[in-house]
Amino acid sequence: MMSIHRAAMAAALLAGTALCAPAAMAQDKELTLCWAAWDPANALVELSKDFTAQSGVKMNFEFVPWTNFADRMLNELNSGGKLCDLMIGDSQWIGGGATYGHYVKLNDFFDKEGITMDDFLPAAVDAYAAWPKGSTNYYALPAMGDAVGWVYRKDWFERPEIREAFQAEVGRPLDVPKTWDELVEVARFFQGREIDGETRYGAAIYTERGSEGITMGVTNALYPYGFKYENTPGKYDMDGAVNSPDAVAGLEKYKELYECCTPPGHSDAYMTEDLDAYKSGQTALQMNFFAFFPGIAKDPNVGGDTSGFFVNPSAKVAASVLGGQGISVVAYSDKQDEALEYIKWFAQPDVQKKWWSLGGYAVHNAVVEDPSFPESTPFAGQFLEAMSNVKDFWQEPIYAELLLAMQKRMHDYVVADQGTAQEALDKLIEDWTVSFEDDGKL
Amino acid sequence: MSDHVDDSLSVPAASAARRRPPRAVRGLSDRWIATLFIAPSIVLLLAINIFPLIWTVYLSFTNFRANQPGREVNWLGTKNYARLLGSEDVWSYLQATAHFVVWTMLIQVAIGLGLALLVNKNFKGAPVWTTIILIPMMLSPAVVGTFWTYLYQPQTGIFSYIVDFFTGLGPIDMIGSVKLAPWAIVIVDTWMWTPYIMLLCLAGLRSIPDYLYEAAEVDRAGPFQTFWYITLPRILPFLMLAVLFRGIENFKMFDMVVELTSGGPGSTTELASINLKREAFEKWRTGYASAFAVILFVTVFGLGNIYVKALNRVKQ
Repeated sequence: MMSIHRAAMAAALLAGTALCAPAAMAQDKELTLCWAAWDPANALVELSKDFTAQSGVKMNFEFVPWTNFADRMLNELNSGGKLCDLMIGDSQWIGGGATYGHYVKLNDFFDKEGITMDDFLPAAVDAYAAWPKGSTNYYALPAMGDAVGWVYRKDWFERPEIREAFQAEVGRPLDVPKTWDELVEVARFFQGREIDGETRYGAAIYTERGSEGITMGVTNALYPYGFKYENTPGKYDMDGAVNSPDAVAGLEKYKELYECCTPPGHSDAYMTEDLDAYKSGQTALQMNFFAFFPGIAKDPNVGGDTSGFFVNPSAKVAASVLGGQGISVVAYSDKQDEALEYIKWFAQPDVQKKWWSLGGYAVHNAVVEDPSFPESTPFAGQFLEAMSNVKDFWQEPIYAELLLAMQKRMHDYVVADQGTAQEALDKLIEDWTVSFEDDGKL
Repeated sequence: MSDHVDDSLSVPAASAARRRPPRAVRGLSDRWIATLFIAPSIVLLLAINIFPLIWTVYLSFTNFRANQPGREVNWLGTKNYARLLGSEDVWSYLQATAHFVVWTMLIQVAIGLGLALLVNKNFKGAPVWTTIILIPMMLSPAVVGTFWTYLYQPQTGIFSYIVDFFTGLGPIDMIGSVKLAPWAIVIVDTWMWTPYIMLLCLAGLRSIPDYLYEAAEVDRAGPFQTFWYITLPRILPFLMLAVLFRGIENFKMFDMVVELTSGGPGSTTELASINLKREAFEKWRTGYASAFAVILFVTVFGLGNIYVKALNRVKQ
């Protein structure tokens, strides 16, 4: 009796082992995806569970706060590190990723798998995937479309007493600002105003000094005023473009907004600080990336009908600052096959639809061309509008050098009140000229 | 001069055999053995300190970029140095650094010495107070920087509240104001490192023999004369040592200021070390950054040498 029992146990164990073997082997495969630590990253973790279920490849994630993201991940790439198999790197990194060989070129893989860039928004393809710009050399798949937009306190805007006061002070109805002049008027109106017994302020805007904050903020004003990096694309002829009278006007407008209408102590603020200022009810307006808008819409304090969203106001032209990233396969990875498998899975229309529903910003035509898309969220229409006119910072391999020069010049002028807008932009051209000379471009 | 050796003074043969060095070491002089022992340290020193220094000097004459290892490295001569010394921005970083170093030293020495004199009185609870005063020094500078950004918040920070309470000036933006930010970092560094100066001064004070004070009392010397002629000369070497250590530390101050102001507003608090890090590891202009590092090294080394000579003179 005893021996029969033992035999049965052994048989059960063997059967169990045999059944579990494929799953266990599949779980041996794993990938590490590197990105910034923010709301969309959490959505991606949720989404990637489907990939693991389907392929058996376990997904690990390395998320770094935005303030350290570039430092940490660019060091990883520059040192040929094997931590990341997949990298959702910033749009500016594409130039360096391609030139220095950090990213795998994906053209052959796309051709083999039938993945076409025609399925994605053209602006996103150009910004997140191609290098050089305008070429058909692809080093990433557009993963997360994003741009800088605005949030406002819809509930305050709708109050009769506030509307009356605005009409009396400004001489027009209080409405969502369409131009930068209107934006400053609205922000100025709310600055220091007492609402519900508390002092409120105008706008939470980007002023951060250390990484890229003030550049993202300032260019949100500069682009609509007509700022360009070059007179002729690819020629690096910056004089007359970077420091044009229109660019000077845009920069002066941003400084005006900073000086008149930001909360006290807002001299080194980026995404998180703007969110904090807005969510705590300090400001009527907030500048931030669309990626944060799902979180705002769901926020218990400012979500629902409390907040409204609008695209970056224009001045001479409609333009918004580009955010967002593409997903690339890291050239130093030992698991490139699995990484490519992930990209193939991610590029599927159904996966892209689920990505959008979870809070990721899909830029696949299957998502954005769906007739119901503009109504799918309170900000989907604005997102599409913004993505149609986005402009990005230099995507040069030496972008970090160019970015830090702009950070310094803009902070010196806007926050530290040193010199004039014209001087700041002239000095910026001097800095950039040296950088391009060193890089052999000039 | 005789060949004769007194047996009573000679080492017994068996004992001598025991003390004889092993065969492998036999034939090595004391100098060789000493060299063998210190060789690993010298190799480490050369590898970790001397070689990087020489390499940095070499790179400072090139256009090398650490993030582009495959790129051709060109010899630029003194171009990096000329560009550095001709840059208004670099002089403003050095100016910000000098402001920070000079004021922190002056204020910390004054307060540290005062605290040391106070704690040295041996009043009731003095050891407890000494420990409490030392606490800031034990924290990480990065933590201190982050912590003080909250204290300095104009709307919610306690610092702003206290200033407003006593002066009625309203909320003040310490780290957002061009005029106040340099003082904001001086205050935080003083809060953190004054205890260190106090500790060294206290060591100096405790080393002064009582009989000197007793003699002064017999000679009817006043408190100021006692301090001027006995206390100060006796603790001056300790004080100067503290200033040397803190001066060098503050010349290369980085983490606390980055956390506190990121070098802003504008470039008001961008110390030389912060800019050096930006050039080297964010812009990746390694050659240019190496030249800046060499200039800073020569400055610290030169000033340090002059200071050490003065210190030795005071000791004598």
